Amino acid sequence: MNAGLLVLAAGPGVTVQDAGRPGHGRWGVTGCGAMDLPALRLASRVLGNAGDTAAIEVSSGGIEVTAEVEAFDVALVGGDFDIRLDDRRLSAAVALRLEPGHRLSVRAGASGAWCYLAVPGGIDVPPVLGSRSTHTRSGLGGLDGRGLRAGDRLPVGAARGVIEAPSAIDTTGLDRGSGPFRVVLGPQADHFTDEGIADFLAAEWRLSPRSDRMAYALDGTPIVHARGHDIVSDAVAHGAIQVPGSGLPFVLMADRQPTGGYPKIATVIGADLGRLAQVAPGGAVRFRAVSLEEAVAARRRLVERSAGPIRSTPLVRRTLSTADLLGVNLVSGVVAAAEPGGSTE
Amino acid sequence: MVPLRFLDSGECLLVVEFGSSIDASLNDRVLALDAVLTEAAIPGVIETTPTFRSLAVRYEPLIVDRTRLVSRIVELERHAEVTSRASRSWTFPCCYDAPHGEDLAEVAARLGISPERLVELHTDRPLRVHMYGFSPGFAYLGGLPEALAASRRAHPRRPHPADAVMIAGGMSAIAPLPMPTGWWVIGRTPERVFASGRDPAFLVAVGDEIRFEAIDAATFAALAARAASGEAVARAEAAR
Repeated sequence: MNAGLLVLAAGPGVTVQDAGRPGHGRWGVTGCGAMDLPALRLASRVLGNAGDTAAIEVSSGGIEVTAEVEAFDVALVGGDFDIRLDDRRLSAAVALRLEPGHRLSVRAGASGAWCYLAVPGGIDVPPVLGSRSTHTRSGLGGLDGRGLRAGDRLPVGAARGVIEAPSAIDTTGLDRGSGPFRVVLGPQADHFTDEGIADFLAAEWRLSPRSDRMAYALDGTPIVHARGHDIVSDAVAHGAIQVPGSGLPFVLMADRQPTGGYPKIATVIGADLGRLAQVAPGGAVRFRAVSLEEAVAARRRLVERSAGPIRSTPLVRRTLSTADLLGVNLVSGVVAAAEPGGSTE
Repeated sequence: MVPLRFLDSGECLLVVEFGSSIDASLNDRVLALDAVLTEAAIPGVIETTPTFRSLAVRYEPLIVDRTRLVSRIVELERHAEVTSRASRSWTFPCCYDAPHGEDLAEVAARLGISPERLVELHTDRPLRVHMYGFSPGFAYLGGLPEALAASRRAHPRRPHPADAVMIAGGMSAIAPLPMPTGWWVIGRTPERVFASGRDPAFLVAVGDEIRFEAIDAATFAALAARAASGEAVARAEAAR
């Protein structure tokens, strides 16, 4: 039996995800992939995986896992989750070696909505249409096209356990910042009045508990349309903000349908999609309009920053051993060059 | 001819819009541009998604600049051969009888025609795949006669069976994956229009045409068994 990850407990919405399933939009196939792709990529790179390697996307429902057969390293990056190895609380972004018989628990913490649990070589479920991402609505990818549950066994791509002591991962390369989420107006901004657009940008929206991987629903004061709320269905981008008849916007996320028939007032720029994904229900969301040029510049900055070396700090300080050096090297020395296609949507 | 509109949905999706209505001649232009753009294989273009009246071009702006992309598209569009001819014509077996044509009687009554007449009208001409959308392999088929222009249901019905053949909103559809729907299920094809492990995973290309051929329930069962073993039961020929 090969090394694997055994799921001891899993809440709803925990799935296998990678960088998504592009190239099949023309067949009605959803792009799918990690909600916070830069976080998944960072967790992957810590272990020396390619940035699009499949990992477990842990929802606020949480997960508990252990190693089967042999020990292997895991890296966790994402929201500010409560991560424990047996009963020991670790930092929210951490690399560690998981041994059989030990229990790693990942639960919702102070903030954030998703946490990525990466393993060496990735979660090795069979790819479907070129991706291991799970799309539960159509039952494609991941483990039998569904969310994970207790008793599931996931094959680990290349089990390797070299991390001596848990190390905190430096996440400043994610370049999260704060403040309003940047949007480019359109593609159907002309379906709204100037007042409607001004209201949309001035408002403080609240993320609705109805939000999921498909769309983040926003609560607030409805936006006024100028020209009705139906358009002939056309393709939608990750981050497109649809406004149906209710006037309450939806930001289309990773599991969006590939086409949609509501006007889109604006689109969240790629560089801000990961941070937006980490807003939990009830969280405040504001928008700020930027130019296309600014959106591209932000994208370039994110790609450059996320390709930089990853620093880590051992959570237990001791005199430096060979194993420590190996561990440090593992998390900082495997930095690949910037991935050309490597960015969100 | 109406000039193209270029609409941005963020920095990675450029929507080339040919018009704002569902119109076969607009769709012909969309598919013509799709073909030349695919052929051109511009570095940085990730994928194109044709819809009724627009072509969405997903691209990586750090590889291909938007201004350059637009000028390439304008140039390619000028030389695109717009045709209403399908590249392939399919014959799809379809069982309209019980238990497969679940909503046939009800929608025929709404349209004021007999179920037999509905089947006649649905099988008497080729329909064109204008686009896919909604879910994997959900094909929107245009060219339906006026008499079959049923409006959508007020409330979605329970999930349709796999490979359902449906009508609503002046169109027909084939829907491989069971989902709740506002459409009317008039029949079912034994062909698997989408099979994730097969190459190709999707049988019918956008722009192909499909003619349905009525079969009885016994033939459906026999063909479905053959389809399940991997055999193709729909027939395709290159269009004239």
